[in-house]
Amino acid sequence: MAGKTKNVFIAGVGGQGIILASEILSDAALAKGLDVKKSEVHGMAQRGGSVVSHVRFGEEVHSPVITAGEADLLVSFEKMEALRWVQAVAPGGKIIVNTQEIVPSGQEVYPKDIDSQMDERAPGTIRIDALKLAKEAGHIRAVNVVMLGAMSHFLDFTMDEWRAAIESRVPKKTVEINVKAFELGRSAVAA
Amino acid sequence: MRVLLSGNEAVARGCYEHGVRVAVAYPGTPSTEILENVVKYKDDVYCQWSPNEKVAFEVAMGAVFGGARTMVAMKHVGLNVAADPLMTSTSVGGDGGFVIVTADDPGMHSSQNEQDNRYFAKFAKIPLVEPSNSQDVKDFIGHALDISEQFGTPVLFRISTRISHAKTPVELGERVEVPLKDYEKDTSRRVVIPAHARRLHVKVEERLKALAEFAETSPMNKIIEGDPKVGVISSGISYEYARDAFPGATFLKLGMSFPFPAKLVTEFSKRFDTVYVVEENEPFIEEQMRYIGITNIVGKERIPICGELNQRIIRDAVSGEDTSGEKAKVPARPPVLCPGCPHRSTFFMLNRLGIGSTSDIGCYTLGVMPPLNGIDTCICMGASIGNSLGMEKARGRDFAKKMVAVIGDSTFVHSGITGLADVAYNKGATTVIILDNSITAMTGHQHHPGTGVTLMGEPTVKLDYLKLAEALGVKDARKVDAYDVTAVKEAIKEAINHDEPSLLIMEGPCALLDRSTWSTPLAVDWDKCTACGLCLRLGCPSISRDETGKATINPLFCVGELCSMCAQVCPSNAISVPEKS
Repeated sequence: MAGKTKNVFIAGVGGQGIILASEILSDAALAKGLDVKKSEVHGMAQRGGSVVSHVRFGEEVHSPVITAGEADLLVSFEKMEALRWVQAVAPGGKIIVNTQEIVPSGQEVYPKDIDSQMDERAPGTIRIDALKLAKEAGHIRAVNVVMLGAMSHFLDFTMDEWRAAIESRVPKKTVEINVKAFELGRSAVAA
Repeated sequence: MRVLLSGNEAVARGCYEHGVRVAVAYPGTPSTEILENVVKYKDDVYCQWSPNEKVAFEVAMGAVFGGARTMVAMKHVGLNVAADPLMTSTSVGGDGGFVIVTADDPGMHSSQNEQDNRYFAKFAKIPLVEPSNSQDVKDFIGHALDISEQFGTPVLFRISTRISHAKTPVELGERVEVPLKDYEKDTSRRVVIPAHARRLHVKVEERLKALAEFAETSPMNKIIEGDPKVGVISSGISYEYARDAFPGATFLKLGMSFPFPAKLVTEFSKRFDTVYVVEENEPFIEEQMRYIGITNIVGKERIPICGELNQRIIRDAVSGEDTSGEKAKVPARPPVLCPGCPHRSTFFMLNRLGIGSTSDIGCYTLGVMPPLNGIDTCICMGASIGNSLGMEKARGRDFAKKMVAVIGDSTFVHSGITGLADVAYNKGATTVIILDNSITAMTGHQHHPGTGVTLMGEPTVKLDYLKLAEALGVKDARKVDAYDVTAVKEAIKEAINHDEPSLLIMEGPCALLDRSTWSTPLAVDWDKCTACGLCLRLGCPSISRDETGKATINPLFCVGELCSMCAQVCPSNAISVPEKS
């Protein structure tokens, strides 16, 4: 629908490459001539902390943040983080989750009921093992680009547009690994 | 060219394009990236980190005296540190253009309070500029410099976290050189002895009236026509939230909200039965409206003072509904000391030895989190040392044996040195621990006088903490390897039992500084692990328990032998670098 703002909410754990993923997505939107706002909070020693990035694009975007019930897409790089932000999703919105589990510091073990809570709250959640796919692509740090590939089904960019955005943001020698990661993520989600 | 810039990048770009020659700051979230981006234009703009905001402000003032367009940047609480020069600089005027950037932190993402620095403009009697997005930021830097030069006043430029750290499109322009103004000695203006200051105060009051008149027609204040029945007044990031909360309404966007454009706001308010005044934190605009007799306002009686706003909070505040949605029950994931952090050994040992600490502002404030629980107090930059001395004076020397002051290297240089001088001078027995990770780490690795490198990347002198301690009269001062857990323990035990001040410098570079120091992650030998949980008390994010209760190390996070604190504390020698199979 023309003019409607697209809201993509990306969540995960510090160190997973969330900011880079949202940079690539924002670049792709800007290159299409859209208005874009991308917001996150940095500054704390964020490794191991909960990290979110809000990306909004469309003809005219005002607020840089996505609030409850507004996200067209919730993309979580970690299982528990999807549940933490599940209320952000708009009616009819999609949720894509990397099934990776990262034990929160301060907790000694990972909670057992994440999947069951998630099934109850968001039955249509799409789950992929992005860590496995990233390893397959050539580097465990490519989880973020695997997730971009997975979300690409629901966003209106061509493969060339994605590729251009990826190439401009990742180190030159990792372009091929990242493009492969993107493709693996994309094929892991049935369109 | 149209690019995505964060608000902080846009401040830097604005300074570059609008002829700024000198830029100064002390890092502080959410302002830090301003100077980190100004340095990209270092061929045209001289820039530096100063040891604290007061010095930064004074250096900036000097550059202004010298006739240069100048920008100084700091986080909101940094302006408290710089408040002394701020309050008097306002009356001097008449030299190079001067913009003071304050980056406030509504919601306290990484701050100790939520002060609304717009009040500093009113307090110091200087104009206030409030951009709403990155394009505004870049353009308004130019307006602010022009106002500064036209009216002979510093300008307070207020941004906030969601402006600083949100990226929005900006159209780039070229740099316009602005020549240095001539310097002529003028003591009647620049020497604020009482006889001069009395006259200057009168001028400040006259200037405020002229600025208020200017604000009435400033291009930064504008009306966006819409629904003739719904009127909204807002500024800064709140304006962007309000645009989403009241789609299609008529807006008065105040980019220059002090001195107050009374006629503009009065005329606008008259058009509506009710005007919504949307402001994050304090009712700065609303108070000024009420002062001039406007009463058809819906403002802080509905819209929260505490915390950040967003479109939903505003909508709910007006409607009285709660649409925040039900949150799932998920364990919190607070920021913690990173894997490999050299600070961990100190807090672990303080905890084991039953010693508390007055602490300070930096990564190490995270030592308050369980399981380390290593901190008793944390107030503001540099407070740790004075706080410890004060506790000792109130409760006696035996108490001092159970309480140490813990401060980072950058914070010590910022405002800890005077505290240490006080301990020596007033015969305290305080143990001061500098956690020296050789960088300003919390804000993302900025240099300071203890690192030996400038912001422009040049090698320079390096502050010698031991010689400084000696000069201050602290005889018991020494360096300790922060990664040697036993050495840390012994040093703390010795220091607290001294009847005189001690300075321990726990040395270990921030583990994120040089990733080439990382090596094969450590692993737990499950045959040896007794599940005692001692390693878990280090609070390292790499370590958790498996199903059987034994320790397990996440190889994605562990930095390897560089740290190996878990291996050192393990009573069963169960943790080591795994042998290659």
